[in-house]
Amino acid sequence: MSRLEFMQGNTACAEGALAAGCRFFAGYPITPSTEVAEHLALALPKTKGVFIQMEDEIASIAAVIGASWTGARAMTATSGPGFSLMMENIGYAAMTETPCVVVNIQRGGPSTGQPTLGAQGDMLQCRFGSHGDYSIIALSPASVQEMFELTVKAFNLSERYRVPAFLMADEIIGHMRERLTIPDSVEVIPRKKLDPGTLPFKAGEGDIPGFPTFGEGYGVHVTGLTHDERGYPAATNPKAHEKLVMRLVRKVESARKEMADYRVTNPDEEQVFVSYGAPTRTVHQVLHDRPKEEIGHLQLRVVWPFPEFALSEFPDAKSFLVPEMNLGQMAREMERHTDVPVIPVPKLGGYLHTPDELARTLEGSR
Amino acid sequence: MSFRDWYRVDRLPTIYCVGCGNGTVINCTLHAVDTLGWKWEETVFVSGIGCSSRAPGYIKTDSLHTTHGRALAFATGIKLARPGLHVVVFTGDGDLAAIGGNHFIHACRRNVDMTVICMNNWIYGMTGGQGSPTTPRGAITTTTPYGSGEGVFDLSALAVVAGANHVARWTSYHVKELTRAIQTGLETPGFSLIEVLTQCPTAYGRRNKLRDVAETVEYLKTHAILLQKYNRLVGEGKPVPEDMFTVGEFVRRNRPVMGVLP
Repeated sequence: MSRLEFMQGNTACAEGALAAGCRFFAGYPITPSTEVAEHLALALPKTKGVFIQMEDEIASIAAVIGASWTGARAMTATSGPGFSLMMENIGYAAMTETPCVVVNIQRGGPSTGQPTLGAQGDMLQCRFGSHGDYSIIALSPASVQEMFELTVKAFNLSERYRVPAFLMADEIIGHMRERLTIPDSVEVIPRKKLDPGTLPFKAGEGDIPGFPTFGEGYGVHVTGLTHDERGYPAATNPKAHEKLVMRLVRKVESARKEMADYRVTNPDEEQVFVSYGAPTRTVHQVLHDRPKEEIGHLQLRVVWPFPEFALSEFPDAKSFLVPEMNLGQMAREMERHTDVPVIPVPKLGGYLHTPDELARTLEGSR
Repeated sequence: MSFRDWYRVDRLPTIYCVGCGNGTVINCTLHAVDTLGWKWEETVFVSGIGCSSRAPGYIKTDSLHTTHGRALAFATGIKLARPGLHVVVFTGDGDLAAIGGNHFIHACRRNVDMTVICMNNWIYGMTGGQGSPTTPRGAITTTTPYGSGEGVFDLSALAVVAGANHVARWTSYHVKELTRAIQTGLETPGFSLIEVLTQCPTAYGRRNKLRDVAETVEYLKTHAILLQKYNRLVGEGKPVPEDMFTVGEFVRRNRPVMGVLP
């Protein structure tokens, strides 16, 4: 029997983590994400999992990566300022191919900004925030139910592709309460182990090496330095660097079709809203209020790697309207992929676009 | 087994300069784990960034060479998630006390069950000789060309007040004492810091009249004063020679720890 709950988004995220088999959480208090940590502080010890509050967000993501190397499904949760602090070790996780889930309940920035109000200002930071070239996975929930489902999915994608996965939620979804159905069980994709006798960083199928869990006799050396297939430093070898970085990027980018997760509504229309996260709800309202108007809608649930082919689900599109709680971060990405005019609909300040605001955009772009 | 069996032979020789003390410290550490009969499959070496932090790469256990200053946070995750593993951290004065200072005091406070071996050579060696939090006042480095004007961290004292269960300091001269101290650290539940004063002829010595390795080791030998002797002199009101540093076991206690199997 599935369970019906009335729950806050952040708590639903924690419940999703538990359902997905999360065994380790390290975090640092920060508004508006703290409820994720608080719920796991209660729940993890009851399931023989580990909860620890670290001294800062740098240490939190470090502990998560360390735990992940022992085979644990591991997660942290934070918001803008903490997310900025995590960037160096996120690059380390990408370089060492460490599965881990980072939840970012976005708030208004830059700097301390608006701790209690929502935003989507970290969408490019999660993609590009650490130094060097790499690729990651990011998901964006638009409801409490999606907070649960996409947290589960973030774990599975992270474990499957051995790459950090981000749940890029926002304060609005994180603190909103609504109905949540928790299923009896969810699909849990286990981490594929390294075949004994295989070099630890020699990529197998899909450019993804098997995982040499610590404590199981692999004797693996893991380093953030450029490394060869043995895992040994090869920092001055140009070929080794190019080969490694190209593979790290390719393993994510070449799998964008199988990772893709989006919702298409009214694909034959000319005016199409493209949204992710909280603004999706305003788009739903506009579509609901104006059933006779011809409006299409694309909701992205996986945002990175960006599923550019989703745009061609709307063959008659004359304009893509992109409401975002930032100055057009994903709209900029969309412009790279389509000749159809992309119209950013930015909103700053912490409140959602109103249905009227979006309706005016519709009229203005006709 | 012998300590030699712990080496990742295909990665030798190390990157260390001629005369570097780090190899001595690694040897002593591997002697200690080997004496205790630890299994390499159940042991993890962790490190941050710097010369000292290259050590895990030369050992055949699972090893995590992490980001600058963060080794203790990574190690905390490993130990709490899998308490059955032995966790040993190699670090240096810059890695542990400058960029990693906050993680250092908090790992001591939590008393996470791990052994931390800090190769304190008073300098950033890998980046070519910049001043560190343990660079002596007046010492010449590339970033203190007129002599360091800053105070010096006493890493061992810091670990004691921050709550570590075991703290000892020796030098690269005192290999027997050092090996025994590391062994004690490995055996003590909770956080153990073994600070090792060691020579860096390349980046520190040549700018500070300690270019000759034998002379530097001799300096370490003659300027080390055993804690008990120091305390006796102080207790008797006798003068303690200047520019001496204390060695020995500063604390061994049984405060509650994190990361041990129930």
